[in-house]
Amino acid sequence: MGKLFSKQTSILTRFIFKREWVKMIIWIGSIVGVTVAVAAAFTGLYSSEAERQGIAQTMDNPAMTAMLGPSVAIEDYTFGAMFSHEMLLFTAITVAIMNILMINRLTRLEEEENRLEIIQSLPVERNTYLFTSLLLAFGLNSALALLTSGSIGILNIESMDWNGSLLYGVTLGATGFLFACLTAVFAQISPSSRGTLGLSFFTLGFFYLLRAIGDVTAEWLSLLSPLGWVTRTETYVENKWLPILLIAIISLLFLFISFWLHAKRDMQDGFLPERKGRIEASSLLHHPLVFIFRLQRVTIFSWLIGLFILGVTYGSVLGELETFFESNDLLKELLTPDPEFSLVEQFLGILMSVIAIIGSIPPIMIMNRLYKEEKIGRNEWILTHNINRTKLFLSYLSLAIIVAVLSIFFSIIGLWIASVGLSTDPLGLDTLILSGFVYLPAMTVMLGLATLIIAFKPNILNSIWMYLSFSFIVVYLGSLLQFDDWLLALSPYGNIPKVPVEEISYSYLAILVGLSLLLYVVSLLQYQRRDLKG
Amino acid sequence: MSVIELADISKKFGKFTALDAVSFNVEEGEVFGFIGPNGAGKTTTLRILLGMIQATSGEAKIFGKDVWDEAIAIHKRIAYVPGDINLWDNLTGGEVIDFFLKMQGAYPSTKKEAMMKRFDFDPSKKCKNYSKGNKQKVALIAAFSSDADLYIFDEPTSGLDPLMEKVFQESVHELKRNGKSVLLSSHILSEVESLCDKVCIIREGRVIESGTLSDMRHLTRSTVRLSTRKEINDLSEWIGVHDVKKENDEWIFLIDSDKWNSFITRVSGFDVEKIESHPPTLEDLFMRHYQDDGGDLDG
Repeated sequence: MGKLFSKQTSILTRFIFKREWVKMIIWIGSIVGVTVAVAAAFTGLYSSEAERQGIAQTMDNPAMTAMLGPSVAIEDYTFGAMFSHEMLLFTAITVAIMNILMINRLTRLEEEENRLEIIQSLPVERNTYLFTSLLLAFGLNSALALLTSGSIGILNIESMDWNGSLLYGVTLGATGFLFACLTAVFAQISPSSRGTLGLSFFTLGFFYLLRAIGDVTAEWLSLLSPLGWVTRTETYVENKWLPILLIAIISLLFLFISFWLHAKRDMQDGFLPERKGRIEASSLLHHPLVFIFRLQRVTIFSWLIGLFILGVTYGSVLGELETFFESNDLLKELLTPDPEFSLVEQFLGILMSVIAIIGSIPPIMIMNRLYKEEKIGRNEWILTHNINRTKLFLSYLSLAIIVAVLSIFFSIIGLWIASVGLSTDPLGLDTLILSGFVYLPAMTVMLGLATLIIAFKPNILNSIWMYLSFSFIVVYLGSLLQFDDWLLALSPYGNIPKVPVEEISYSYLAILVGLSLLLYVVSLLQYQRRDLKG
Repeated sequence: MSVIELADISKKFGKFTALDAVSFNVEEGEVFGFIGPNGAGKTTTLRILLGMIQATSGEAKIFGKDVWDEAIAIHKRIAYVPGDINLWDNLTGGEVIDFFLKMQGAYPSTKKEAMMKRFDFDPSKKCKNYSKGNKQKVALIAAFSSDADLYIFDEPTSGLDPLMEKVFQESVHELKRNGKSVLLSSHILSEVESLCDKVCIIREGRVIESGTLSDMRHLTRSTVRLSTRKEINDLSEWIGVHDVKKENDEWIFLIDSDKWNSFITRVSGFDVEKIESHPPTLEDLFMRHYQDDGGDLDG
C-alpha cells in the first residue's frame, strides 16, 4: 500500500465530487425529507397515547415482525418507539441501496468503461481511486447521519431525545458505509459492474430475509445479519450503541478485504470466472423479443428466483401468524372486525402490495433497457436492419409484461408452497392467485409511465424509480397508518382491493387496464417520431 | 540510454498466453512504432508498461525503474492516450483536461491554449456531447500540454479526420525535435512509416520483427516492374526472382534485396525499356508476415 493521502488524493476527491454532487444531494435530500415528514406526521396522527397503543397491538405479530423487525416497546409505544420500529429498517435499506449504486458506479463501472485506465496512467497510487471512492462514501454517510439526526432532533418531539436522534442518524450512516465497503469487496471479486450490482443486491436481500426469519423464529439468525443489528439498536427506547460498534468493525474488515483483493488482481480482472459463450446464435435468436430476452436473461432469472424466495419467506411467516393468533384471545377480538376472514387472509393483501411493488422492478428495468441501448448507440445499429421502431418497442414492452406476470406468479407459488408445507389450514391457490393478480393492472400502469418517460423525456429515466419508491412509501405507510383514500390514490397500487377481504372492483381494474393501454399507445406514437439519442 | 526496456515479458490470463517472451527497447529521443493485428497483445503490453497489470514473468523498466513497483515515479514523467476513450458525461472537455494536468502537476500549462487551437477544439461542451474524435482530442491535448519525457499512444488517431491526423503527426514531430521519446501503437501503417524511427511487429503475443524500417526493408523483397525490347522467357528461373506475373507486356515480380547485382548484370543484355522498383511499404511487410504464416489476419 502506498501513501493514501497526497495532493493527488485531494484533486481526485474534488474531481469525483464534482461528478457526483447532484446525485448525492438528491439522495440525501429525499431520505432526510421523508424521514422528517413522517416524524412530523406521526405527532399529528397519533396524538393520544390510547391511539398509539392501539397501533402497537396491530404491530405486535409475526407478520409485522418479519417486515419491520421486533417491536421492543409494545407496552409503552411512544412516538420514538413507533418511529424507529416503523421507519429505521426500511430507511437503512434505502441508504444501503444508495451506497451500493454509488460504489459500483465509482469503482467497477468506471473501470469497465476504461475511464479508470486513464486515471491510473497518471501519477497516483494504484489504490488511491478505491480509497477516494470509499472516502467519499464515508463523507456522504456522515453527512446523511448528521443531517438526519439534526433535523429529527430539532423537531423536538416528545420521547425523541437528542441521544436517540443521534443514534438513529448514525445507524443509517453506519449501515450505509457497511454496504459501501461490502460493494467494494464485490467490485474486486466480480468481473463486471453488472456482476457487482447483482452480488451486492443479492446479499442485501439475503440479509433482509435472514433477519425476517430470525426475528420470527430463531434470533441467532438475525444476529448474523447486519440488518438484524440495525433494529437491535432499539433507538428511542434503550438506545444501544453496541450494534454500531459491531457495524463499524465489520465495515473496517470489509474495507481491508477490498484493498487486499484490489492489490492482488489485474485491472479489468476479477476472481469469479467469465464463461465462454456459444459460437453461433441459437435458432431462436432471430426474433427481437428473444434477442432482448437473451440480453437480460440473467437479470430476469435472478429476480424471479428472488421473488420466489420472498414468497416462501412471507408464506412461512403467515404460518407463524396463525399459531400466534390462535394463542391470543385478546388479539382475536381486537383484530377481527370481520369474522368471515382469518387474520392470515387479512394480511394477505398487504403482503401482496409489497410483492407487487418489488415485482414491478424487473419489468421497468427491462423497459428502461430500451433507452439505455439507444443511448450507447446500439439501437441505431439494430434499426438499420430489418426491424422498425414499433417492433423494437413492442418487443421490449411484451417482454416487460410477460415478466410482470411471472413476477407475481413466482411469488405466489413461493407463498403457496410455504403455506401448504407449514400450515394446518393452508391458503387456497385460487385465493392467492386472485389476491396477487389484482395488482397486475397497477404494475402495467407503472410500466406505462416508464414507456412515457422513454418516449417523451428519456433524460429523466431514473425518475420512475423515485415514483416507485414514493408508491412504496405510500402503500407501506398507508397500510400501517390507515391513510385516506385520496393519498393512496397518488400511487396506482394504493387503491387495489385487498383480496379476499375486500370486494374486487372490476370497473376500477378496467380503468387501470385502459389507462395502461392508453399510455402504451401514446408512448409508442411519440417513440416512432422522436429523434434517437446517442 | 534506453527509456523503455522490455525483457522476456510474458503474460498469462489463466491458460491463455497473451504475451510470450516479448522484448524490445525504446531509446531516448526515439519514436517507436508498435504494430500488430487485433488481439496480438499490443494493449496488454502497454498495460504492463503502465503498471496496470502485472507480467507473469520477465522484466519491464521505464527510465530504469520497475514499471510495477515504481509506477508513480514513472507516471510523473509520462503521458498516455488510450485508444478506447470514455469520458465523464457530465463534465466539460475543459474540466477534464485541467484535471489531467493538475494530477500530473503540470497545471497551469502554457501549451494548453495553443494545443486547443491547433486541434480546433471547443472545451466548453459536456463530454457526453463529444464525438469519438473529439473525445480523443481531449486526451491528446492533455498529453501534448503536459511536460512528459515519454509519450505512450494507443491508436490515438482512429477517430480523427485526415486534417487532425496531420496535426497529430506534426505534434509528434515537435516532441521528437525536443528530444522526447514516443511509443506509438497504431493500425495506420502509413502514419507509423512516416513518424517512426524503429518498428516492432507483434503477432499472437510474440515479436516477429523488430528494427529500423530500412533494416526491415533490407531483409525483404522489393517489387519490380520491367519491360524489355528483347523477350525474356525464363525470368522465373533467375536467381532471387519470385512471384512473376505479366501485365500488358510488363513484368511484375519481387526480387531479393541482396540479388540486385546479379540481376542488373543479367537484365542489361535484354535492352531494358523501363525498370521501376519500389521498396516494400510497411503494409507489404506486415501483410507478408501473415501470408507467410498461412495468412490468418485475425491473429
